[in-house]
Amino acid sequence: MPIPLLEIRDLHVAVGEKEIIRGIDLTIERGTVHALMGPNGSGKSTLSLALMGHPKYTVTIGDMLFEGRSILDMKTEERSLAGMFLCFQYPSAVPGVSVANFLRNTLMARHKGQAPLKPARFKQLLEESIAKLKMDPSVLGRYVNDGFSGGEKKRLEILQALVLQPTLSILDETDSGLDIDALRIIAQGIEAQRGPERAILLITHYQRVLNYVKPDVVHVMLHGRIVKQGGFELAQELEARGYDPLIKQLVEA
Amino acid sequence: MALKEQVLVDQDYKYGFRDETLNYAFKSRKGVDHDIVEQISQMKGEPQWMSDFRHRSLDIFFSKPMPAWADNELLGQIDFDDIYYYMRASDVEGRSWEDVPADIKRTFDRLGVPQAERAFLGGVTAQYDSEVVYHSIRKDLEAKGVLFSDMGVGLREHEDIVRQHFATVIPPADNKFSALNSAVWSGGSFIWVPPGVHVDIPLQAYFRINSESMGQFERTLIIAEPGSFVHYIEGCTAPTFSSNSLHSAVVELIAKEGAHIRYTTIQNWYKNVYNLVTKRALAEKNAHVEWVDGNIGSKLTMKYPSVYLMGEGARGDVLSIAYASEGQHQDAGSKMVHAAPNTTSLITSKSVSKGGGRTTYRGLVKVYEGCDGVKSNVRCDALLMDPESRSDTYPTMEVDAKNVRIEHEATVSKVGEEQLFYVMSRGLSEVEATTMIVNGFFEPFVKELPMEYAVELNRLIALEMEGSVG
Repeated sequence: MPIPLLEIRDLHVAVGEKEIIRGIDLTIERGTVHALMGPNGSGKSTLSLALMGHPKYTVTIGDMLFEGRSILDMKTEERSLAGMFLCFQYPSAVPGVSVANFLRNTLMARHKGQAPLKPARFKQLLEESIAKLKMDPSVLGRYVNDGFSGGEKKRLEILQALVLQPTLSILDETDSGLDIDALRIIAQGIEAQRGPERAILLITHYQRVLNYVKPDVVHVMLHGRIVKQGGFELAQELEARGYDPLIKQLVEA
Repeated sequence: MALKEQVLVDQDYKYGFRDETLNYAFKSRKGVDHDIVEQISQMKGEPQWMSDFRHRSLDIFFSKPMPAWADNELLGQIDFDDIYYYMRASDVEGRSWEDVPADIKRTFDRLGVPQAERAFLGGVTAQYDSEVVYHSIRKDLEAKGVLFSDMGVGLREHEDIVRQHFATVIPPADNKFSALNSAVWSGGSFIWVPPGVHVDIPLQAYFRINSESMGQFERTLIIAEPGSFVHYIEGCTAPTFSSNSLHSAVVELIAKEGAHIRYTTIQNWYKNVYNLVTKRALAEKNAHVEWVDGNIGSKLTMKYPSVYLMGEGARGDVLSIAYASEGQHQDAGSKMVHAAPNTTSLITSKSVSKGGGRTTYRGLVKVYEGCDGVKSNVRCDALLMDPESRSDTYPTMEVDAKNVRIEHEATVSKVGEEQLFYVMSRGLSEVEATTMIVNGFFEPFVKELPMEYAVELNRLIALEMEGSVG
């Protein structure tokens, strides 16, 4: 058996005294796409932030292994450099730092001790990625997320993933608040992150993005636990009937 | 320069070296009185009117109290009797790089002065303690009639122009420190731009204090005749000393009708230099004066570059940044005096306080009666890096005219945990992420600088972040 790309074992996460994730097991193999679904407040975003090592979220019990190695003692930037990437639901603005400059710096952080990308190749990579996401090239001169619309922020998150090419992309509701055309473009950007050595964890409320990015496994999260797993049909079932029957079924059990 | 390279640079204060072996051609005793002033004036062989001016100014200095509104805790630590008021490192001012004494050459080599000149600069003046040691101006500027020299040389060779303008913008009685400067001044730059001449490359000066307990009192006078343009840049450094030094300059700018002066300062004094500087410009009809003012170093800076808008249609801009870390107080701001109708002013001030450092914005916008059509916009943004740091804003508006548009906006923000986390999640360390955020905050300032200075400033900020982020 190959070592899974990500392995989460009996994970408990608290914010202050309050436990939000209450025992999760989740294994993601290379070459797969996993969807994590669930209603608001079920702990999906907490999981994504805990995976990147947000200082507010404390792992109280359990472990997270990336490429077979525990990441609990790794700093946020070390997790990023190891190949993990989070598409933020609410990305921060960095006024005064242009998108081009930001991307150059984040890319160079990945080339420690190696020759960084040649300027011409970097420019080409940016142009291709921008075209793929149908963004206006002027975005490169704008300050990161400063005065961006919701849709522009989502595209910028995906643009970063296309430039940095992480091994594991964690997408936190990257599909929310988008119209149908924007959703299709974003979905193409997510699809571009597939690869035999890579994997995607797609966190979403709705099934609609899964019509474009077909998941191999669907997990349903409720009250800090993964309560059900299945294939694409599970997502379709949730879309048709909502989360209520599942909640009811669990309460009765 | 890329961020990565910036943060890899050695984190010592780059300018913290000192030439131990330096022999001074002349060094006054400590303290100031009429004998010292007489000595300075005689050594320079000045005309009688300048000597009289110095003695008159010294009496004003003695009679004036310290400013009551300032940071008196820090100001009170200045011991005027423990300062050398005049030193001369060399008997000759070098006109070419070869003439400069070897030890001074070494110092400026380390600062990159001749390299910078070779690269693109129009003229360079390098001042070492009290006296200018190196000066050059490009031949094409000389041919256009542009005068650019040390102030002492300017007084000797162009006494008529100097006498007509000297101390007309900042009289000795303006404040205690302008009085002191007027009594003991040495060096500084004298620039005169003929009518209609556009100086298309920046003229530049380096100031360096190399001696402990040294006072540096340079005096700069820039006169832009009608329709001319000039950009002047000054950089300031000092080595690491255990006792305090004092830098107290006076800078006067005169922009005649339709002229445009831009004056850029990157002040990076070591953290025990008192930097108490008076800078003021007169802008005549349709003239434009810009102060681009960066304060990174010093213990206490008190500096409020001003523009007196004397003629209709004149415009004054101040774009300043201040960075204060532990033990530093950057008390900076601006004065815009609207003394003619349809004049415009814009003040943009950005400050960062870190590790208990303190920044103060102190500003005045004054509009005289009858000056209709005045527009003024003041914007102050402060960034606090931690709860120990402090930022204060004291904006004053005195408006005695109708039909004016005055705007003021002030913000204080903190480097947020979410913002840091976001940048770090892309693979940057806390130091790198903080550097990026602070450089971004200063970006509106940095983009106004020539490339070399922008790079230097970004690097300085990287070093500051490196020093204290845990």
